[in-house]
Amino acid sequence: MATTWNEVTEGMEIPALKKNCSTQQLVQWAAGSGDFYQIHYDKDFAMGTGLPGIIVHGALKHAFLGQLLHDWVGNTGRIKRFGCSYRGMDYPAKDIVCRGVVKRKYEEGGEKLVDLEVWTEDFEGKKTTPGFATVRLP
Amino acid sequence: MTEATAVPLITDEMRAQIGKESEPWTLEVDKTAVRMFARSVGHTDPVYYDEAAAKAAGYRSLPCPPGYLGTPIFDPRTSDATFGGRRGGGPGPQPSRPLKRVLNGGTEIEMLEDICAGDVLTATSHLAALEERAGSLGEMLISTNKTVYKNQHGRVVAIVTGTGIRY
Repeated sequence: MATTWNEVTEGMEIPALKKNCSTQQLVQWAAGSGDFYQIHYDKDFAMGTGLPGIIVHGALKHAFLGQLLHDWVGNTGRIKRFGCSYRGMDYPAKDIVCRGVVKRKYEEGGEKLVDLEVWTEDFEGKKTTPGFATVRLP
Repeated sequence: MTEATAVPLITDEMRAQIGKESEPWTLEVDKTAVRMFARSVGHTDPVYYDEAAAKAAGYRSLPCPPGYLGTPIFDPRTSDATFGGRRGGGPGPQPSRPLKRVLNGGTEIEMLEDICAGDVLTATSHLAALEERAGSLGEMLISTNKTVYKNQHGRVVAIVTGTGIRY
């Protein structure tokens, strides 16, 4: 069910999206995004660069936040902008939970808009990917 | 801050790169690539997979899932083997002290118009800003790049701001 602007209140949390990347998913992402950097699927290579092991692509976490927002606004709304900072690493086979909170609801240029704070949390609840978004709702 | 950091990392040659527009490159948006991207993220909305569902939802064809802005045309003569984009023309001007490590600092995408399978995008990028900062990683050089995507009608459909950190 797509969300409508009238239903939104500032401070409300949007439905969370839980992820847990298999290494298979990271390989799929490599192909889907075109980023074949080996630290995301080759454990020996990753450890050779000083990492504890394979890490999840930052851009995949950005795309997860995109899915969080898309699933909330549906196809009658639109994501106008969304961004995040890569502050902490995430690993395959560990939970990544995407969350969002409505910060501001307003009208501008004839559009019904909502600003959100969005982020991903790692398996210890740390915000590894803090971000923001603006969406348009019907 | 210590005396050793008194000489800026950012040189005049580096600053001269700010605002210089790259050569344009072409990105194709096709149904196979949209599905592959959506599948790799784990999208469940049928609009990314089923063209009839996409059209019923008002799109021209499968829409780009958030974060997907087409696939650069791969050509082994000119493309980077790991990242698929055009190979850079060398490392460019370097900071006054060597920095060994690189991190992707962040991504912001502004979406101005729907992008759907069948669209052909042209992108150009430029270095928008350089900044140096002392942080948890020590001396950091933060560069901001902006890439502007236009569709086949010449309209700007997306703007991506990427932050790179060298330390």
